[in-house]
Amino acid sequence: MSFSQLYSEKVLEHVRNPQNMGEIKNPDGVATVGNPVCGDIMRLYIKVEKKDGKEYIKDTKFQTLGCGAAISTSSMITTMIKGKPLKEAEKITNRVIAEALGGLPLSKMHCSILAADALKKAIQNYRQSHKR
Amino acid sequence: MKQIYLDHAATTPVDKEVFMAMRPYFDQDYGNPSEPHWWGQEARKAIDEAREKVANFLGAKTQEIIFTSCATESINLAHKGLIEAIRETQDAKRKSSAPHIITSSVEHKAVLETCRHLEKMGMAQVTYLPVDKDGLVKVEDVEKSIKPETVLVSIMYVNNEVGTIEPIREIGETISQINKLRMENGELKIYFHTDATQAIQYLDCQVAKLGVDLLSLSGHKFYAPKGVGALYFKKGTPMVRQQDGGGQEYRLRAGTENVPYIVGLGKAIEGVRSQGSGVRGQVEKLKDKLIKGILKIPKVKLVGDSKKNAPHIATFLVDGVEGEAMLLLLSEKGIAASSGSACTSGLLEPSHVLTAMGYRPEQAHGSLRFSLGQGTNDEEIDCVIKVLPEIIQRLRKMAPKL
Repeated sequence: MSFSQLYSEKVLEHVRNPQNMGEIKNPDGVATVGNPVCGDIMRLYIKVEKKDGKEYIKDTKFQTLGCGAAISTSSMITTMIKGKPLKEAEKITNRVIAEALGGLPLSKMHCSILAADALKKAIQNYRQSHKR
Repeated sequence: MKQIYLDHAATTPVDKEVFMAMRPYFDQDYGNPSEPHWWGQEARKAIDEAREKVANFLGAKTQEIIFTSCATESINLAHKGLIEAIRETQDAKRKSSAPHIITSSVEHKAVLETCRHLEKMGMAQVTYLPVDKDGLVKVEDVEKSIKPETVLVSIMYVNNEVGTIEPIREIGETISQINKLRMENGELKIYFHTDATQAIQYLDCQVAKLGVDLLSLSGHKFYAPKGVGALYFKKGTPMVRQQDGGGQEYRLRAGTENVPYIVGLGKAIEGVRSQGSGVRGQVEKLKDKLIKGILKIPKVKLVGDSKKNAPHIATFLVDGVEGEAMLLLLSEKGIAASSGSACTSGLLEPSHVLTAMGYRPEQAHGSLRFSLGQGTNDEEIDCVIKVLPEIIQRLRKMAPKL
């Protein structure tokens, strides 16, 4: 008994055991995005570290109020960006997140935009507050 | 894992006796009821008997019952068929203003979309009445909205999302008073339709007591199969059929009759009649227990007035949690429920019923409906009461503080 007709096993795994859920005190970048139509709200925190002149996402955490698709895309994006160079993480699109989850139902694709948007804005927030 | 089905307002299983009654009409008595031979006449007899059972249940005459495919079809026929028939007579009298319909903002989409269609086509003007915080339509509002052009009032008996029982008898009485005056003045009468889909199993549906001219119902809400419904239309109600073809169903609904399903509907409605109020009491007791248990969870609210609501539906608003996520985690525990969250609707809009009752979209997103059935037991309710707090806690922990 599960939502396995609607969601892929990967999506359900992330809902059952969300990765990197929670809060980062004193984050380097944070963004709260929401889709009022769907009623989903997501907050993404990033901690950035510089190594050999390159910026890496050292740590990331998410908090999400939303449906199964919103929770799983939130959790998935944190696993995809953790430890990655900022420049690479930046390139992640909502399609890539959805693909990594084994696909999302068409009616839920907009939830993946939420996660991609949160990442973009969290990086923006980091850059603005760390201008040299 | 034990499976707990608490979504009976969505649909019920087919009762075993209903299923057995239907069986012969698939491969033994499979004749077309329009044919004069033995096979045809056996099928005809079966339909007649089913029609009699539905008529008995509603306190109506057999000639006043039409079988359809579902309540949605009955509703479409009742509204469009009546308006079309009235427009025909109006055209003859060269009246120009469109007939007026009064309905409520919490009706099922079958009524709302049918009314919107009639509006769009310029065939009717429609007033959508507001409701109070419990989902109730005010009888005075109905009365105040009546215009000389008003020909149809359509109010549901029991709301499918929250279980509110609308004051059908009172509205029926009001309309009948107004109709008396109209008759004296030689004016067109106001017809009264109720969508009784959620009411059949538990409430008195005698049409004379309700004062309705039209009543729609669907089999699969009371242990008959999906794909069969009925429309009661009081003798003399003007009606133009919406599905053209042969002369079936008193020439009001063409197409070869769905014999086994009609037999199933008859058997199921007879079952409702014979079980009396015993099941109602039992279901209501379990619902009260569920409500008591769930309301112990902080920041959870019951929608509507449970003492006045239908016995089988309890809807809650859970603060800070999204409905679909709750359904998903409940489902993992084997529990089936429903939600008015936008994410479950496919339309990405929160429940029109909850928003009409004055709840904000973010509250509607966290709605959770349990609907009980005649097979629901104590153990199942205990399980939900045990499992739900953990699920809500888990999801709240996940949400950002705003």
